[in-house]
Amino acid sequence: MLALILFYITSAVAIFATVMMITRLNAVHGLLYLILSLLAVGVIFFLLGAHFAAVLEVIIYAGAIMVLFVFVIMMLNLGQKTIEQERIWLQPGIWRGPSLLALILFVEMFVIIVLGGNAETGQVVNSKQVGIALFGPYLLAVELASMLLLAGLVGAYHLGKPMLKATRSRGHS
Amino acid sequence: MLGLLGWVPLIPLMGFLILVMAGDQLSRLIISWVGAGSVAVSALLATLIGFEFLDGDMQPYRHIVGSWMTIDDLSVPFGFYLDALSMTMLFVVTGVGFLIHVYSAGFMEDDPGYARFFAYMNLFVSAMLVLVLADNLVLLYLGWEGVGLGSYLLIGFWYDEPNNGYAARKAFVMTRIGDTAMALGLFLLFTQLHTLDIQSLLSLASSQWAPGAVLPVASAALLLGGAVGKSAQLPLQTWLPDAMAGPTPVSALIHAATMVTAGVYLIARTHPLFLLAPTVQLAVAVIGALTLLVAGCSALVQTDIKRILAYSTISQIGYMFLALGVGAWSAAIFHLLTHAFFKALLFLAAGSVISCFHHEHNIFKMGGLRKAMPLTFWSFMIGSAALAALPLTSGYYSKHEILLAAFDASPVLWAVGLLGALITGIYSFRLIFVVFFGAQSQTVEKKPGWLMSVPLLLLAGLALFGGMLQIPLNSVFPVLIDQGNDHTFNLVSVITVASPIIGLLIAVLFYLTGTFSAQRLSDGGLAGTLRQFFLSGWGMDALYETLLVRPFITLSTMNKNDVVDGLYVGVAWLVRGLHRMASATQTGRVRWYGASMVFGAVFIIAIGLLS
Amino acid sequence: MSGIPVELGLLLSLVLFVLGLIGVLVRRNLIMILMSLEVMLNATGLAFIVAGSRWGQADGQIMFLLILTLAAAEVGVGLGLALQIFHRFQTLDADSVNEMRG
Repeated sequence: MLALILFYITSAVAIFATVMMITRLNAVHGLLYLILSLLAVGVIFFLLGAHFAAVLEVIIYAGAIMVLFVFVIMMLNLGQKTIEQERIWLQPGIWRGPSLLALILFVEMFVIIVLGGNAETGQVVNSKQVGIALFGPYLLAVELASMLLLAGLVGAYHLGKPMLKATRSRGHS
Repeated sequence: MLGLLGWVPLIPLMGFLILVMAGDQLSRLIISWVGAGSVAVSALLATLIGFEFLDGDMQPYRHIVGSWMTIDDLSVPFGFYLDALSMTMLFVVTGVGFLIHVYSAGFMEDDPGYARFFAYMNLFVSAMLVLVLADNLVLLYLGWEGVGLGSYLLIGFWYDEPNNGYAARKAFVMTRIGDTAMALGLFLLFTQLHTLDIQSLLSLASSQWAPGAVLPVASAALLLGGAVGKSAQLPLQTWLPDAMAGPTPVSALIHAATMVTAGVYLIARTHPLFLLAPTVQLAVAVIGALTLLVAGCSALVQTDIKRILAYSTISQIGYMFLALGVGAWSAAIFHLLTHAFFKALLFLAAGSVISCFHHEHNIFKMGGLRKAMPLTFWSFMIGSAALAALPLTSGYYSKHEILLAAFDASPVLWAVGLLGALITGIYSFRLIFVVFFGAQSQTVEKKPGWLMSVPLLLLAGLALFGGMLQIPLNSVFPVLIDQGNDHTFNLVSVITVASPIIGLLIAVLFYLTGTFSAQRLSDGGLAGTLRQFFLSGWGMDALYETLLVRPFITLSTMNKNDVVDGLYVGVAWLVRGLHRMASATQTGRVRWYGASMVFGAVFIIAIGLLS
Repeated sequence: MSGIPVELGLLLSLVLFVLGLIGVLVRRNLIMILMSLEVMLNATGLAFIVAGSRWGQADGQIMFLLILTLAAAEVGVGLGLALQIFHRFQTLDADSVNEMRG
């Protein structure tokens, strides 16, 4: 019961934050709302009994990935001009098409979800279980995930190099 | 000798092929020898065949060269049939044709298209010979179309001038109308009698069909349609005056002596069919009578020398039709023969006037040429005398016979013919007095050479003495039943002889002595309009213009974008539209691609849901 | 901790996904597009967690972990690409990165 009420409140927060995020003119503002949304989803994970996932959500998703976003935005140093541009781009009329498309998708999926049977969630799956599964059946997946991260690392380094050079030269002169 | 009949149309055809393939590389001399020589060889062969034919009691001779096509019960061979009628036509075509070819060698010597000219002339002669010698109607139709082609090519010979092309086109289209009627007649005859071989067809028709029945009337009427077109009779006569745009030898050969007589030949050849359809035969006579009057009146007021002669041709063929219509078959063919002589003579003489007189065509700009060009003057005199049918010329004998036969059939027709003879006398001597008498306005450029003079002499002789020829046509045609009127010296005969002489006197008074002035006469209101009316050929050109040409042009203009073509244009337009739509999806914008992916996903889920 | 129906969880996931989708389609700024993509990935992760919670297995959370890894790598490379585009075109407009003719 309590869980359900908490669920409703948290999901309201998440939805509100997401809506705010996609309508902000300033990128940093949107980012902050995004972080709020992620944190809310983390609470929901906790309510669902997925403690490990909740922690991961907060530490890695909201903590590392979003910080990455922050760094990049700061580095680009876009300024007031961008905000004006966004104001021009985000006319009210522009929301109609995508909203319609998304609405149709929503209706379809809604139907599919509702047609499924009823079930209850809430069984706690603690970190120990997850750990055992990771080191057991999903060992290969872990290795592959690390390969993926390596690839991302190398790619990010390679793609960022000229920027690095540009900023260094700007910094020096 | 008779076995060489197949070569007679073939040799001019070979001449045509040689000139077409190698004409540009040959010298003028060789071209003229090939061109005129092929017709000369045909004439020689025709003479030799003629002697043998006459020796053999004029038995009809059939010579089959090969088979053209055999489908079911239609069998069409390349067959040639010789009897007195085709013998006569053979002489006319090859004899007069040869003289005209010799004349052209002189007339056309400065023309750059020398080889082309002789090639077309040979093609024409070959087609005409096929027409005349054909033993079945399909081969005759081949010759018919061939002479139409030759006529088109030769009228538009000087194609640089657009008007010549229009005249050629007009001739072709109008004769086409007649040709279509004739083709329909052929179809009718074949479906009913299952054969197109002329002799067997005619005997079958005589035995199977009752006189005056629908079938013979219909088929005869259709054949008459073809004859009317080719022979330039009412209502399809307007092409012949315009056809004078071609070179003068062409006018002489095609539009005086041979092609325009093809219609007369057709009717004469299929005369049993016309005997089975008396109404159609009457129509032939009426058409002939009306045409000779219309054309005669038109010739009276023309100023172009060749146009006068053209209308005169139409008028004379009207006489031939009149003769056929009243049953005087031999008289019609006899008049065809004499007409070929004197009309060719007149045209060739007119040609020498034109070529030696600054290419001038207007007779009122000429004058007093009598002293300057004596040979031409006497040729014109003889030719006009024969044309007007003054006594003892060849034209007199043939026209007299026709008018007497017309009187026996119907006095009205006789009166019309008489009036026509009067008018003929007036206009033919008007021509002579205006051109050869009076003051000379300009000097003559050059005299005609011997190539042009000798044919004139020979034709003049034929025009004078050709009346003595007795053509044995009784073996072909039923003899006209003598109605017991001895016409030798009675009133009708006297009036018939007198009318051209009266015409001559009228022409003398108006144009030679100037006692009356044609100018003053035609200045008056009614006379002036009448003169304009006659000048335009009784307004028939204008009539056809409003009735047929204008609506056709309007319809064509409306269909400028070609409705039928719209299908293909529409396909191209559709494909281009689809292309535009397809390429509009490739915008290069990331969000658009994302949206299309979402759309695809939505679509597939929807299919999954709904099925 | 019990009582949250599966449908509600999945519904929330759907709503977040759709919102993220709208964000991707509407915004022109590259950074905003990437952020909306993150929202979408997060929503799918939520769906997995709900499923795992329903059946009481660790597999849901492990799937979520893998999605997280994926998101991290993607963000790293994606932001690097965004920096490159800014470097070359002097703008972060997604529509301007378009050299199609017609």
